[in-house]
Amino acid sequence: MSLGPFGLAFELIASGDPELMQIIGLSLRVTLTAVAIGCALGLPLGAALALARFPGRSVVVVVFNALMGLPPVVAGLAIYLLLSRSGPLGPLGLLFTPTAMVLAQTILILPIVISLTRSVIEVLWDEYQEQFRSLGSGRIRAVPTLLWDGRFSLLTGVLAGFGRASAEVGAILIVGGNIAGHTRTMTTAITLETSRGNLGLAVALGIILLGLTLSFNALAFGASGWARRVAG
Amino acid sequence: MKTFRALFGAAALALAAIPGAAADFITVASTTSTENSGLFGHILPIFTEKTGIEVHVVAQGTGQALETGRRGDADVVFVHARPAEETFVAEGWGVQRFDVMYNDFVLVGPEEDPAGARAAADAPAALAAVAAAGAPFASRGDDSGTHQAEKALWAAAGVTPGGEWYHETGSGMGATLNVAAEIPAYSLTDRGTWISFQNRGDLDIVFEGDPALFNPYGVILVNPEKHPTVKAEAGQAFIDWLVSPEGQAAIAEFKIDGQQLFFPDASGS
Repeated sequence: MSLGPFGLAFELIASGDPELMQIIGLSLRVTLTAVAIGCALGLPLGAALALARFPGRSVVVVVFNALMGLPPVVAGLAIYLLLSRSGPLGPLGLLFTPTAMVLAQTILILPIVISLTRSVIEVLWDEYQEQFRSLGSGRIRAVPTLLWDGRFSLLTGVLAGFGRASAEVGAILIVGGNIAGHTRTMTTAITLETSRGNLGLAVALGIILLGLTLSFNALAFGASGWARRVAG
Repeated sequence: MKTFRALFGAAALALAAIPGAAADFITVASTTSTENSGLFGHILPIFTEKTGIEVHVVAQGTGQALETGRRGDADVVFVHARPAEETFVAEGWGVQRFDVMYNDFVLVGPEEDPAGARAAADAPAALAAVAAAGAPFASRGDDSGTHQAEKALWAAAGVTPGGEWYHETGSGMGATLNVAAEIPAYSLTDRGTWISFQNRGDLDIVFEGDPALFNPYGVILVNPEKHPTVKAEAGQAFIDWLVSPEGQAAIAEFKIDGQQLFFPDASGS
């Protein structure tokens, strides 16, 4: 235990401990799946919200903006009650599974992706609406074009969603149950080690998680820079 | 739109790739003391190897664990608050309660013991001394088994705890001990969590050994008549194993730093 937390973190990684690798793998799988679903739904919805004009639109915009601050523990509790055997979706048997964790994180990510997409697309629409009009294409037809055009700005929203999901513990602890080897992720493992008084190990796990988040962001940044150059 | 379709496809694939339900597993709602001490890490692999049944442990406070059972979200509850367990069975949520093991509670506090709890004749007197001195006390405050035991001791001491000196953390045992180590404050903890707890600071055991500090654990199958989804057969197999000589020996074998944490007592029922 003479190692500092950084030394311990390094040693943990170097040891290739299968339990740790499994925890890291599950964390990434849950978070990336939630980000993928959040984007698949949030990007088109956000763009549609930017272009659509309907009564009560501003209320919807404000609600999604506010939901960016939805406390994870509240989202977790709501999904817990939904998925519980005594709840409306109980027969699916999804409580305490990775799928429940994906669902919880998707709900946390969705408002972020929708709101940030809406704001990006609104700006692009202001810029290009004359051209779309002259081409005679409607607002709905403009959605894919605008999303493609704004892809580099939209990446920030996607990364914000990823950040929220990978850092989150309140919701997945409730709906996943932190079951060893099944629903234990980096953040729930950190919570567990803290409660065991293993503060050194908890900090080491935190360092590994931060390293993963950093690598993911660097990867996204590099990929977007490369794509920009290729696109000229 | 191709991109979206590809994204949807990828999401669906990724979802399908996540193992939702293993072929044969049961869910056990238990307490932080059994999970955090590492007991389950020791005994469950033995059970799984013998029966092929995987055990998913959700570690909660006793109050929450019983609620999880009541909602049908666990097949078995494994907790330590006998009156609450008996109510659980009496109300029909559980089939039958089995004694499994016990450990005991200890009063921990600052090593120099400013309240003089070490000199107390029994556990309620030790707590009364803490209250009389107005020394800081960290309570779970979460309706867990430990919290219920603590409340019973305050009642026996004739003290209604509250005020500046009484800190309710509303968290698990480990989190509460982290708070107690920081203040430093007195706190009631189960011995298992204490032995395996690393961040003790200046805390030490100041009172132990009173029979009133006895902490029995019981295991109950959630009633399949209330919740047909309960895996009654596999759940009962787990209970039967826990109270069998083999399960009892596995519990007794579990040691940290050479100290036995839990004492099997299934034969006592």
